[in-house]
Amino acid sequence: MMERFYNPVFVKELKLRFRSFKSFSGLMFYLAVICIFIAGFLLITTEFTGKGFFKPEISFMMFAVLTILQMALILFITPSLTAGAISSEREKQTLNILLTTTQSSTQIIIGKLLSSVAFLVLMLIAGLPLYSLVFLFGGVSPSQLISIFLFYLLTVVAIGSIGVMFSTITKRTIVAMISTYGTIIFLGGITAFFFFLSMAFNQMGNAVGTSTSYMAYFWASINPGALMLTLTSSSMGDALVQVSGVELPVWISYLITYSLIIVICLTIAIKKLRANMKSNR
Amino acid sequence: MIEIRDLTKRYGSFTALDHLNLSLEEGVVFGFVGANGAGKSTTFSILATLLSPTSGDAIINGKSVIKEPKEVRKQIGYMPDFFGVYDQLKVDEYLDFYGASYGIGAAERKVLIPQLLELVNLTNKRNEYVDLLSRGMKQRLCLARALIHDPKVLILDEPASGLDPRARVEMRDILRNLKSMGKTILISSHILPELAEMCDEIGVIDNGKLIAHGNVASIQAQLQGEKRIVVKATDRLNEVRAFLEEDPLISSIDVMDNRLEIAFNYRGADDDQVALLKKAILANLPIYALSEEEKDLEDVFMAITKGADNQ
Repeated sequence: MMERFYNPVFVKELKLRFRSFKSFSGLMFYLAVICIFIAGFLLITTEFTGKGFFKPEISFMMFAVLTILQMALILFITPSLTAGAISSEREKQTLNILLTTTQSSTQIIIGKLLSSVAFLVLMLIAGLPLYSLVFLFGGVSPSQLISIFLFYLLTVVAIGSIGVMFSTITKRTIVAMISTYGTIIFLGGITAFFFFLSMAFNQMGNAVGTSTSYMAYFWASINPGALMLTLTSSSMGDALVQVSGVELPVWISYLITYSLIIVICLTIAIKKLRANMKSNR
Repeated sequence: MIEIRDLTKRYGSFTALDHLNLSLEEGVVFGFVGANGAGKSTTFSILATLLSPTSGDAIINGKSVIKEPKEVRKQIGYMPDFFGVYDQLKVDEYLDFYGASYGIGAAERKVLIPQLLELVNLTNKRNEYVDLLSRGMKQRLCLARALIHDPKVLILDEPASGLDPRARVEMRDILRNLKSMGKTILISSHILPELAEMCDEIGVIDNGKLIAHGNVASIQAQLQGEKRIVVKATDRLNEVRAFLEEDPLISSIDVMDNRLEIAFNYRGADDDQVALLKKAILANLPIYALSEEEKDLEDVFMAITKGADNQ
């Protein structure tokens, strides 16, 4: 049974990943950023005395900002782990040998993606003790934390799939990297800009601002930052319902959109892996 | 075992392979000879299921590279002309990874890997990192990798390129060993004398066309219309030269004064050569040796490809 699910590429990638200094330094960088943020936050709120009390609202604010910060870090790190998946094998001239083995294209692509995702999950878990400091001060429910982590996972897999796809269809890692970061800038930044733009248009149309703006809702629903805001505070979700007029919770649209991204990107990657072969089997 | 039918590959207007036909029996060692860009690597890439042909097909052990590439991959071990290795992977882990990639079970791999390392003479390097091996060792490791699923056919693209003479000899010994195991082996090379030594058959490819195919002797015979003969004399080279110039079967006489040798092309049969020798002795010329110059594959290759260009 074990042999059935054994993915050689996955095992090899994990082995190589944990032997490289880059992974260690990446993990360290990630934890350092979170540590600095939490320490800074605590020091500022206690006015550098190290004493005093901590209101649940402030603890909640720390949680919300930390959640968004962690999302930003994930968006920043994932491409560097996945955008070289196939193109680096091509650059190292190991891809041809890999393609003459009896592994299917699906196996190779999934193995590559899962190994990167596994490392990111490790990263999230390593940050969990720091993250759970907020529980000391209260204001956050464990179920909230779990749902946030599940959405982190979804985002990691989606961005990872985008990286793997670009890595497969472009010849060089650097191009794949730039394309993936470009996509992230679009999803995280440009969608926010479009959201405000469509809101503005909408409000220009009716002074009251009660009409439905599907456009504004759409842009908000594919933005990871907006998702995290609505997940951490329900008032944010209510506000969005009010301005866009769409009742559907953002997380459902996000789940659908990002699942679609995963499916489409992986399909393209699998189809294009053996691009020089017509049959792709 | 291998049947290549009308294999054609075009890149835009450039034709890399032009209706290539080739048929090889099981257990044959086939040498593929051709200049750079003649189409050797393209042919091998198609056989290795890395590249689809524009038209035509290749059948390996009854499986088509177009219709059943996955089945073909089980039959072949492929070693590309340029390949890389993963750094931070040890020799046995390297083989373990590829073994697993061919779906070989963990227990079986444990038994196989020491045997393969023994075969390619890398047993003592088992725990070293792959990227620290020398070029010759990497080449041998790659060969072991190509053998891990016990393929019937080996496709080796320039296995000896970039190797020093010792590494080359080692590689040749391993190939001889594999031949005795009954593998069908396809090798491409530009180091022709080496191919002559270990190949049963040779194919010469030029501009995507197979311009000669046969055993080594028959390929050489294609050029045997004229032999190059060298005579050695102790003295009086001018007299010997004058004597040779009288013979109508002789042309292109070269006198090498410093070595007291004369080389010439001879069109006659063996009997004519006997008569010539007899005549020279009767003429009291100081000739002490007469020998046929060995034509190696390099000359054959040059002659054949030059001929193809002129057509």
